[in-house]
Amino acid sequence: MAYALSKKKKRAVLLFILPGLCLLSMFMILPFLMSFGLSFTNQRLLSRYATEFIGWSNYERLFRDDLFFTGLKNNFVFALIVVPIQTVLALGMAMVVNKHLKGVKIFRTAYFMPTVTTMVVVSVVWTFMYNPQGLINNFMQAITFGNWETVDFLKNSQWAFPAIMLMSIWQGAGFQMLIFLAGLQEIPEILYEAATIDGANKWRKFWNITLPQLRNTTTFVLISTTILALRLFDQIKIMTNGGPNDSTYTVILHLYNSGFSKQRVGYASAITVVFFLIVLAISIVQRLILREEREV
Amino acid sequence: MAQQRSLKRVKIFDKVIGYFLLTLLALFFLFPLVYMVSTSLNPDERDIVNKMGSVMAFVPKNISLKNYIGDPDAEDPTKTENQGVIGRMNFGRFMFNSVFIVSCTVLAGLLVNSMLAFGLARFSFKGREVLVSGIVALMIIPFEAIAIPLLWLVNNLGWLDSYQVQIIPFIANPFYIFLFYQFFIQFPKALEEAALIDGASWFKIYWKVALPLSKPILSSVAILHFLMQWGFFLWPLMVTRGEEYRPLPVAMQQFFGQYPRDWGDIMAFASMMTIPVLVLFVILQRHFVNSVKSSGIK
Repeated sequence: MAYALSKKKKRAVLLFILPGLCLLSMFMILPFLMSFGLSFTNQRLLSRYATEFIGWSNYERLFRDDLFFTGLKNNFVFALIVVPIQTVLALGMAMVVNKHLKGVKIFRTAYFMPTVTTMVVVSVVWTFMYNPQGLINNFMQAITFGNWETVDFLKNSQWAFPAIMLMSIWQGAGFQMLIFLAGLQEIPEILYEAATIDGANKWRKFWNITLPQLRNTTTFVLISTTILALRLFDQIKIMTNGGPNDSTYTVILHLYNSGFSKQRVGYASAITVVFFLIVLAISIVQRLILREEREV
Repeated sequence: MAQQRSLKRVKIFDKVIGYFLLTLLALFFLFPLVYMVSTSLNPDERDIVNKMGSVMAFVPKNISLKNYIGDPDAEDPTKTENQGVIGRMNFGRFMFNSVFIVSCTVLAGLLVNSMLAFGLARFSFKGREVLVSGIVALMIIPFEAIAIPLLWLVNNLGWLDSYQVQIIPFIANPFYIFLFYQFFIQFPKALEEAALIDGASWFKIYWKVALPLSKPILSSVAILHFLMQWGFFLWPLMVTRGEEYRPLPVAMQQFFGQYPRDWGDIMAFASMMTIPVLVLFVILQRHFVNSVKSSGIK
């Protein structure tokens, strides 16, 4: 039977794929392509003046824009600190939850609850806890036996970003834990049994079986958390709005301020393009690592 | 004998350490949420501020729903400080907006995304492979990489401040299409052949045969889509101005920005936005776990 389509079947195919394809083209592919075009213009959101083609001006300005680089630097600092901590924590949690202990599912539920909670709510609750008279300051007082000096976390340019990092780890770890858990459950039990017979201890099993077997899962978690770090916006907007002294400023906040608040659509499109190229580069690295794995 | 006993002791020790770690982690992950709810139940704003830093913050002196529904016994129930979240603002409206936007997006998304995936997985036609790899490639584009041009586009369409601007662009999603595609491609050919011989139409096969077999993937996609839309903040922040179409996250941010902050009311707002989702999560837990696992398969 050849794959020639009868007229009826052709109509059926179109019926199935057209609605989705139209929506994707209109609201994803079109704006994506438009970002390249708009980035070469002085387009504004609302303007009575005609739009002009201005060549590479937006990009030239972008590379002299200190605020953009402050944001980019902060995004990478965030990734560099949050990604390893969150990944290790999530792996540890997955391993504890994977133990055959009674009632372990209840604990798993608890760890996942922050992930189900909306980031806006999380930001509001943690802002309350970061208050100078709040829970976190008093907790630090208690564990340092009173040697802790009270800080107004979110208004202090040294503390604001670490405070947001801690909160983000708290919110995101449960999600990564579940992905690691799925990876752990796919490791064949027989590998561990064989190692036990060979007299391997727990550490050796962890280094020689668990970690190598989790390579794909770990790569996925590392890369997806890195990309999330680049997309940082909600908690920043609510808790600090980029301050104090731009210490929590991020690329997406810059995008929002330029494209929405200042209505410079052309300039914001140039930011969009650069942002996308960075995300693309990271995704390509992920694919390369995973492909290598498959070939081995 | 002695060896056996020591082995047993090691096992018990293991268990104790295990439970200790589990409990410690549970405290870390739950205390902010418990704190949120207990503060919201404390009717006395001065009491909240006085003990916000101590363990006593978790046990309000009096428990009441005043921050939610107000104090009907007060001398002047219309005074802001005697009102709850539901009375002092248009909370019902915000809740309706969010529920309406999220349910429309998720339901239409389930239909459109699964249909496109079905078309790609069950038919062979020219250009099929190109379409599939195109959709896989689209998965790389984060929303932030189209937000500003999309804003300009919907502004030109005159869609600012509306429901459709928060629904229609978010129905089709390459990642969910891909999840459906992976599921449908595993069905054996015999499935539709038998139905076709019986004279069933393709839509009937999709609706009566494929979808009923797809409950696991349907629930996974629905949950992922729901979580994404429910917390969506950046987009509605840009496209809604007035209260009419404002969803909960933007309303929360606006309320949070009003000084002096009334922490009891803020926490009541936060709780009302969170508790329904948490309850849903506990009931549908198995599906939630599966949906997260499926998001790790790429």
